[in-house]
Amino acid sequence: MIPANFTYHKATSVKEAIALAETHGEEAKYMSGGHSLLPMMKLRFATPEHIIDISKIEGLSYIKEEGDVLKIGALTTQTEMEHNANIKENYPIFSDAIKLTADPSVRNVGTIGGNIAHGDAANDQPALMLAMRATVVAEGTDGQKTIPIDEFFQGFYMTALEPSDVLVEIQVPKAKKGSGGAYNKVERKVGDYATAGVAVHLALNSDGVCQEVGIALTNVSAVPMRLDRGEELLLGKKITDDLIEQVGVMASEDCEPTSDLRGSEAYKRSIVNTITKRMIRLALERAQH
Amino acid sequence: MKHTITMTINGAPVTAEVDSRLLLVHFIRENLDLTGTHIGCDTSNCGACTILLDGKSIKSCTYLAVRADGAEITTIEGLAPEGTNHPLQQAFHDQHGLHCGFCTPGMILRSVDLLKNNPNPTEEEIRWGISGNLCRCTGYNNIVKSVQQAAKEMQNESESV
Ligand SMILES: Cc1cc2nc3c(=O)[nH]c(=O)nc-3n(C[C@H](O)[C@H](O)[C@H](O)COP(=O)(O)OP(=O)(O)OC[C@H]3O[C@@H](n4cnc5c(N)ncnc54)[C@H](O)[C@@H]3O)c2cc1C
Ligand code: FES
Ligand code: FES
Repeated sequence: MIPANFTYHKATSVKEAIALAETHGEEAKYMSGGHSLLPMMKLRFATPEHIIDISKIEGLSYIKEEGDVLKIGALTTQTEMEHNANIKENYPIFSDAIKLTADPSVRNVGTIGGNIAHGDAANDQPALMLAMRATVVAEGTDGQKTIPIDEFFQGFYMTALEPSDVLVEIQVPKAKKGSGGAYNKVERKVGDYATAGVAVHLALNSDGVCQEVGIALTNVSAVPMRLDRGEELLLGKKITDDLIEQVGVMASEDCEPTSDLRGSEAYKRSIVNTITKRMIRLALERAQH
Repeated sequence: MKHTITMTINGAPVTAEVDSRLLLVHFIRENLDLTGTHIGCDTSNCGACTILLDGKSIKSCTYLAVRADGAEITTIEGLAPEGTNHPLQQAFHDQHGLHCGFCTPGMILRSVDLLKNNPNPTEEEIRWGISGNLCRCTGYNNIVKSVQQAAKEMQNESESV
């Protein structure tokens, strides 16, 4: 399978990328890892006339803590995240997700920025970002802007990014004492997109009362979704088995899955319930240690 | 539109003119005649097209040739000097890590990257490590054994240096 004809451009800086995108308008697409975009182009689901390669831009691949945030450069590959000592030690939610994302060769190329910018509810990172209440940093014709994650995902493959915006960085709250997160998904076979997945982030105070909570779901809605009702129920309380049961039920009720090759709607609602409960328990255990 | 690209393939410099849309696997097989890199699924699922790009395993059916400009590429043909076997090649031979051999170049190159990052993997780590490479013949057990043999061999080698 060969993609439709297009013209390739290599950008060596964010400014150059934005200028190229401005020149070519709607017909241009950025490519970072290309592991979401190129498969779509080969199947002719996407036929951009111009590809602007941003993967060679220097300085957009890093993982660092500054102040209260963990900053991840958009071009950081999923493999780089997988092997990062700080992530392994302090951000198990990422390690959970990355191990279940595609396979090692895909992760060698696919970037965190691309995984989010793609705006696909089947991708794993969006749910993590919602759960951790990430901030997206983008650069466009008017300079840099920050976009809260709740405003980022706007529709099926649609995000708050303007066509010429380059996602440059993702920021999530730094791990702290009493915080913990977890992610899991059910997949038909290793490396598959999620049949359903759930990300949970919690922070407890010294009395074990829930101070921060984020719960988000993968691939059971057209747009990556936050489980508002479940978060409201847990916030400000000590998390008990009874509350966990209730949130599991809420997740199965509020998600919006459709029946497809990965399973029926009823099956997906049922596994969302189970994964949600398991991930709250795991996040809780991690937050307590 | 044509682009001039220069890269190192199996140690030798190569310069070529390529179309924007030419896939790296086609460049390797058709322009360079290195047909050890196979095409299985053509959809980035099977790993038959796996090569090393700057030391990392990638699926060359999902990579534009033009993006490999400046890269250092290793295909199965260049893994060991002519007439010799890389420890992984030897191990696949010794442990019957292949039947038809279609998946083998990809399996071996993927395993090179795996062992570089994790010289002494557990069985489970090997299975996760080759999870993007499908084999329709062996049932994987002998592939796992091959990687284990090579890991041991390569560690002994590095210790004796
Ligand atoms: C076989 C296979 C299995 C996979 N399985 C999974 C899975 O289980 N879970 C999962 O989450 N993902 C999966 N993926 C997707 C993979 O993780 C992608 O690499 C990732 O989602 C996209 O990253 P990329 O860098 O390749 O993005 P690209 O493909 O380069 O880009 C994706 C989209 O985002 C835009 N974009 C990219 N970077 C930027 C940026 N910095 N600024 C603005 N726009 C940008 C592009 O224009 C494009 O529209 C799979 C891929 C394959 C091939
Ligand atoms: S041919 Fe490239 S992954 Fe199957
Ligand atoms: S040996 Fe035949 S596909 Fe692996």
